[in-house]
Amino acid sequence: MKLRDHYQQAVRKFQPKPSYLANSFQAFISGGLVCAGAEGLRALYMNSWGFSSDAAQHLMMLTVMGLAVLLTAMGRYDALSQFAGAGATVLLTGFANSLASAAMEHRTEGWVSGIANHMFKIGGVVIVYGMVIAYVLGVIYYIV
Amino acid sequence: MRLVGKQTWVFENNIYIQATGTAVGPFEADGPLGKQFDVGYRDLYCGEKTWELAERRLMKEAITICMNKGNVTANEIDVFLAGDLLNQNVTANYTARELPIPFLCMFGACSTSMETLAVGAALVDGGFARQALVATSSHNATAERQFRYPTELGIQKPKSATFTVTGAGAALIGSQKGRFRVTAATIGRVIDAGLKNPMDMGAAMAPAAAHTIEQHFLDLNRSPADYDLIVTGDLSGIGSVIVKELLMEAGYDITDGYSDCGLMIYRPDQRKFAGGSGCACCAVVTYGHLLREMEKGTFRKIFVVATGALLSQTMIQQKQSIPAIAHGVVIESVGG
Repeated sequence: MKLRDHYQQAVRKFQPKPSYLANSFQAFISGGLVCAGAEGLRALYMNSWGFSSDAAQHLMMLTVMGLAVLLTAMGRYDALSQFAGAGATVLLTGFANSLASAAMEHRTEGWVSGIANHMFKIGGVVIVYGMVIAYVLGVIYYIV
Repeated sequence: MRLVGKQTWVFENNIYIQATGTAVGPFEADGPLGKQFDVGYRDLYCGEKTWELAERRLMKEAITICMNKGNVTANEIDVFLAGDLLNQNVTANYTARELPIPFLCMFGACSTSMETLAVGAALVDGGFARQALVATSSHNATAERQFRYPTELGIQKPKSATFTVTGAGAALIGSQKGRFRVTAATIGRVIDAGLKNPMDMGAAMAPAAAHTIEQHFLDLNRSPADYDLIVTGDLSGIGSVIVKELLMEAGYDITDGYSDCGLMIYRPDQRKFAGGSGCACCAVVTYGHLLREMEKGTFRKIFVVATGALLSQTMIQQKQSIPAIAHGVVIESVGG
């Protein structure tokens, strides 16, 4: 098939295929490690420091999100994501990174029109569709 | 008649690149061509408060160096042509604000470097200016945030993605004898191959580059053998292979003596995906590296084809494809 005549189809053989297998494996391992670490942290809060299950859960979330924001501020989180892919994006840490990176990006436009206005431009989608799904599930739950 | 064939301008007078200036960011200064640029900054802020100001500083720096090397003051220049990638061409417009020179702002995405050079040479050739100053700039962080995502957002980029070059290049064009002559230019058409992936601009731009190169050969009745080097602006790893194939199908074998600026500017271990892109890519490599090589005698006649993806985030989100354009300029070294 000639490129000149059927560019959109013929060009595909020149475009690199993403390595799905390696990417999935990397995502599985890195995402799993982060989650295992977070679970360990929750156990530590409960068993060593005597927090209730709920409180330990919240403290653990605060800690991992804080760490993600720290890594973002240090300019390391994007490198982690390049390796881990979904293993760094779909976690709560990915949400923290989306808020922190947008806030950092727009701090030059000030506190209101910069940071506040743009902070949720990436992470906002999680909140909007999270609410939509919660609503739908709520209705189903009410009926059933 | 200076128009030859369909799209090519052949300059009747002797038009020269009299001086150039280049300023780059940290990754480019650290790259294989680092030493050939006039100024290299250690960080993306270049001593400024914001990235946009940093880009402006790069352009101003490139222009100042260029004027110093050419031994001219701004008052002696009759027209200034410049462009960048940002909305409303803010870098170029704000840089021009500080110069007492009539100004034409240009946008051709990453093809702007050769667009300004071609139009600048035409204005000098036509007698509309004795000396013209041309400049283009791009900045990795300003481009990322305008066209893609926040720089620190964790997004896995594909291998076909390119890395916007941080830098600026300027050239002074005039009829006073210099070492490099601008002899012809082929003005490209907008070609849309129907691709929609902004993370693979090489494949989107390759048809435009191939079209301009082929038209250039047809208009001037030339062949790849007439050039020591045919170089594209920022097709990078994917697009550079495609353009060779496209031209091969058209009956032109450019395999020997072809290169791409996006493949020269970074080392493989710098992990910049498929290579460099952006307005500055073609400008700093041509004005910093290629002209130096011509001075050394490595090449005598080159055809520089700057490629631009006319990308808009809004259009991409509305599922529109990416139009592309490429402008080529012939530069010849002057003997002696």
